[in-house]
Amino acid sequence: MPILSLDPRVNRLQAEQVSAEQGPVLAPGDHWPSYQVFHQRRRGEKHSSVGIVHAPSSEMAMALAKEQYGRRGETSNLWVVCSADVLEMDYADEDVFRTTPSKSYRDPAGYKVNDKIDAYKAKNQG
Amino acid sequence: MPNSHPFPSGPLARYLLQIADDQLIMGHRNSEWTGLGPILEEDIAFSSVAQDQVGHALAFYEYLQAECGAGDPDQTAFNRPENQMLCNGLVEQPIGDYAFSLVRHWCYDHAVRLRYESLSGIPNQTLQSIAVKLRGEVKYHTFHADTWMKSLLEGSEESRFRMLAAIKEVWPLALGMFESWVGEEDWLVELAGSGQGWYPGEAALRLQWQEQAFRSLQTWGVDVEKLGLEKMDPVLGGRQGYHTVHLAPLLEEMTAVFRLDPQAEW
Repeated sequence: MPILSLDPRVNRLQAEQVSAEQGPVLAPGDHWPSYQVFHQRRRGEKHSSVGIVHAPSSEMAMALAKEQYGRRGETSNLWVVCSADVLEMDYADEDVFRTTPSKSYRDPAGYKVNDKIDAYKAKNQG
Repeated sequence: MPNSHPFPSGPLARYLLQIADDQLIMGHRNSEWTGLGPILEEDIAFSSVAQDQVGHALAFYEYLQAECGAGDPDQTAFNRPENQMLCNGLVEQPIGDYAFSLVRHWCYDHAVRLRYESLSGIPNQTLQSIAVKLRGEVKYHTFHADTWMKSLLEGSEESRFRMLAAIKEVWPLALGMFESWVGEEDWLVELAGSGQGWYPGEAALRLQWQEQAFRSLQTWGVDVEKLGLEKMDPVLGGRQGYHTVHLAPLLEEMTAVFRLDPQAEW
């Protein structure tokens, strides 16, 4: 088998024998799913999404995530979640959020109370 | 090559030097995979393990300098003739294919784990804290190795076949990690006399290691008896300074830059 790529997975696909319309047939293990990695700096703090790793199982994802995302700085814990298990909104539905930035009354900063506070202070000082 | 460093004396120093030399050579060997790993994430993880191992060697060379009269760690690591190196034959082997390197990694780091567990019971606070600190890193090494062993032994027919072949190849070399060394027997008597049970001796470590290794292999569906592992003889010599043919070229390459100017300040 000729070497087509430095990536052995690409060579194993035997792409030269596959028709362009059909595309290569992936056997289990030929293409690893991605896992989302969540990193916790200190106990009690939240886990934050930091990126992905490719792995054939969640154990392997953890073994690889430890060095990709836990090798620098402080780390207390990691989570890995198969990306396929994450329910995602469709970007076509992004319009449900369109009016949110204009709803300033939902933001504490949207309330102008300083005038009232100043008036109250002025009244009670005298 | 001039031998300008003082050789540490005493059984404890010798034992630590063996651990350090194993780690240095293992780390150097494993670093040969950097850039060539099977996938990007694994390349980074395995390179990091190699880095850890060189770091462990340094921790012990520094202790030997501070407490046992050894020379500067750079001199100890890079300026000793081959017959004064005390590493075992397993770590000297070329990297082979990834199956060989993974099985070696698994055998080696489980043995290191047992040594650190034992060393953390030594009545010597400095060494105790070194052992406890390094043990955390080795916990990851063995988790990483176990995950790959399980994955490939329970994977496809091809991966299983290649792992079984690698296990057979590695085993006699791995047994050589527990070669008895000059002074070990007297030291065990001396330790027992002073009520120190932290170092069980090489034969006991080997039994412990092999028992745990067999148990893991069996859970991954390996017929240990059929592979003939129990009847294999260890490859010996490393602890006496007699090395496999692979060490000399490794030392040649590893010390090439150092030898340009052995007194250079880094």
